[in-house]
Amino acid sequence: MITLTVNGQTHSLDLEPEMPLLWALRDELGLTGTKFGCGIGQCGACMVLMNGAALRSCLISLADVGNSPITTIEGLAPPGGEPGSHPVQRAWIEHDVPQCGYCQSGQILAAVSLLNWAPDPSDQQIDAAMGNICRCGTYPRIRAAIQRAAALARG
Amino acid sequence: MTTIALPRRRFLAVALTASGGLAVGFGRRARAARTLRRASPSPWSEPAPGVELGAWLVIDADDSVLIRVSKSEMGQGIFTALPMIVAEELGCAWSAVRAEYASANRNRRERDVYGRMGTGGSTSVRTLHFALQRVGASARARLVAAAAEIWGVPASTLKVENGAVFHPPTGRSIRFGPLAASAAAITLPREPRIKTPAEYTLIGKPLPRLDAPVKVTGAARFGIDARLPGMLYAALALPPVLGARALHFDAAAILSRRGIKAVVPVPGGLAVIADSFWRAKEAAVVLPVTWSEGAAGFNTAALRARYRAALDGHTATALSRGDPASAIASAPAKLEALYEVPYLAHAPMEPLNCTAHVQADRADVWIGTQNPDLALLWAARASGLPPAKIHIHNAYLGGGFGRRGTNDELPQAIAASKAVGAPVKLVWTRENDIRADRFRPQAAIRMHAGLDHSGLPLAWEMLAAVDSIDASLFGYHPTAGYEQQAVEGLTDTAYAVPHLRVGCALQQTPAPVMFWRSVGYSQNAFAVESFIDEMAHAAAADALAFRRRLLAHRPDYLHLLDVLARAGDWGKPLPPGRGRGLALSESHDTIVGEIAEVAVSPAGTIRVERVIVAVDCGHTVNPHILATQMESAVVYGLTAALYGEITIEKGRVAQGNFDTYPMLRMADCPRIETHLALSGGSKWGGIGEPAVPPAAPALCNAIFAATGRRIRALPLSKASLGGRA
Ligand code: FES
Ligand code: FES
Repeated sequence: MITLTVNGQTHSLDLEPEMPLLWALRDELGLTGTKFGCGIGQCGACMVLMNGAALRSCLISLADVGNSPITTIEGLAPPGGEPGSHPVQRAWIEHDVPQCGYCQSGQILAAVSLLNWAPDPSDQQIDAAMGNICRCGTYPRIRAAIQRAAALARG
Repeated sequence: MTTIALPRRRFLAVALTASGGLAVGFGRRARAARTLRRASPSPWSEPAPGVELGAWLVIDADDSVLIRVSKSEMGQGIFTALPMIVAEELGCAWSAVRAEYASANRNRRERDVYGRMGTGGSTSVRTLHFALQRVGASARARLVAAAAEIWGVPASTLKVENGAVFHPPTGRSIRFGPLAASAAAITLPREPRIKTPAEYTLIGKPLPRLDAPVKVTGAARFGIDARLPGMLYAALALPPVLGARALHFDAAAILSRRGIKAVVPVPGGLAVIADSFWRAKEAAVVLPVTWSEGAAGFNTAALRARYRAALDGHTATALSRGDPASAIASAPAKLEALYEVPYLAHAPMEPLNCTAHVQADRADVWIGTQNPDLALLWAARASGLPPAKIHIHNAYLGGGFGRRGTNDELPQAIAASKAVGAPVKLVWTRENDIRADRFRPQAAIRMHAGLDHSGLPLAWEMLAAVDSIDASLFGYHPTAGYEQQAVEGLTDTAYAVPHLRVGCALQQTPAPVMFWRSVGYSQNAFAVESFIDEMAHAAAADALAFRRRLLAHRPDYLHLLDVLARAGDWGKPLPPGRGRGLALSESHDTIVGEIAEVAVSPAGTIRVERVIVAVDCGHTVNPHILATQMESAVVYGLTAALYGEITIEKGRVAQGNFDTYPMLRMADCPRIETHLALSGGSKWGGIGEPAVPPAAPALCNAIFAATGRRIRALPLSKASLGGRA
């Protein structure tokens, strides 16, 4: 049995240890906010947080996740908060970032991770940390929303 | 076999809970107690609890207004723009509006009550704005008539505001909710007039998108997120060579793997069916298959020579004005250039997928499609059920760009579900998506002009050798020898040229081709706008002033060029290694001008610093969404110009994923500014596509300005710009 802790809940699952985390989240736990885009670590649509740092869930096996707590987009809002109430999500709504929206879970989690280690990121830090693909070209608004989220987090 | 009796939304919620997931608001029309869910996580149409005033809108007891959207939301903001048009006339509070899809099934049952539901060609607002204004105005007039009846006063003494009808003389008011039922029963003696643009209060406002909230929480359901009890998953084994078929496969070799249920032949290949997508996908890779040879002799490397040769042969005349041949021959100067573009993949962010549940007496399909009404017919054909028994549940589209107009994934999922007697979610991998795409055509375009003494074109011959989409997609061979998408952007050029001929040599290769965001304009504007730049340079003229002289008869273009020049600092000096390039394109009733500013390093690295966009779509429904579509299209166009190329060797598509088919990312994304140059009038131009075509020529013209190197073949990643002095 595999034990997986996602969004504060622990699950016991009869799954292959080599199954990538992405498919356990989507197909076994029904957490479909985490997306499949490439399966080879290129696009970032599958991003989740592991110990607060962004991680491409298509590349990491359940065995390698081990006991590390995972946060998906569904679990991002602070405890007791409404869905979408994380400062990064609020900034995303203020800047109306999503177009098709498919990449946005991954983009948001990449931004959360960036702001965890660089609370007031420079443009260069944003460029370096935000490598996820957005086929709709929302990059300019993502940049603005990250700067806004940083301001929101400062209060 | 289970029959679905529960309303779909509740049904899905049950499914999720049963699977052990956190069913927080998923799969249900979860309306938070305080805030109205403006766009449902599951956008497909459901029987609504309120009162219908026609097929397009429903008014709830709490005054909320559900507006049904007949077009697909694929990022372009149509879920917000179309409801704005209805609400403009209805007179409800915008905050009371929510949106969901109109039902393709109902459209069929009720004789096209929603009209054509296909989304493409940037047509949604263009074709629907009057109809939807009328929907809103008619509902408003009926609400007013209902109130007039209740109060026994003339309708002309009543006013509508914020979702209520008022009688100013007495100060009485009544809200839409309680009025809706009587309004629905009223037939108007004649339909009311609709507002003129001067009267708009909502149209033209930069309102935020209705679907943003569900797209930042992971709640928005794309086709790939469908989940049903007992659902199985399918992954494809597709032929490695274009046109090949499975001659033999050894299912037994993988059936012993965990979770593998079956291998099923489906249109285009084989589907491996399992209890998990990952298991299916891993097994599909190792499934032993003997494929037929297919187009193993096909190489795109040989195509360039073939298309060039085609330009030397007979070309069908798509347009002829004056006497271009003799005008060129007798012109004081001549200019000729050849432009070439490769096959391109669409690569929407969400890989193609379809979930089908075929039962004895009905079939349900969950999909993100640009053509729900055609999808219904395709599903009927694939399942053998009559169209009335098909239920299409359209989801949010994780990008479309034309790819989701032809749902190759749909008959595959139907075949898989039929074969195993269970709901099946079939998902394409990214490799499937790139290799089994129907590509943007490859093309060679030769320009030949006779110039007058000031360097302006007296005569212009434009010849295009390009794949036929009609032949590839519809098996239709245009008898005229050309098709619209092959010559659009050429025949309709706005430049005043006395003698003009557009010739076309349609090509057919084993590579399937289809509509790709902006279609023929995507390559033809590259050729036209690069060549205009070359003519301007030959005349030692400023590229903008040169265009003005050819567009003197078009005040709309001249105004747009003024806006663009000012915003884009045209003519202001730049340091060495930098340059500005200008390009124009008119498509889908919209003119877009772009100025790209680039920096090219001595080693030849290109950096696009900023792109200034000026746009004239006549009227805009929502300037905020308009700006995001300009940004989106610029990124799409630059991505193709910089990196986009599908090559095929021995019938095999060389690219397969984003490592070999790269995308523009944040670090390479220029600043993009949009400026409106709206001409009003009767034009409600499209906005999803028209900013794609100018991106490549603006970029290449900027590179020329920066380096003196003229790029005539895309992508730029294949051009060598290094080693400059
Ligand atoms: S799906 Fe994991 S990086 Fe693309
Ligand atoms: S919003 Fe569509 S891919 Fe990013």
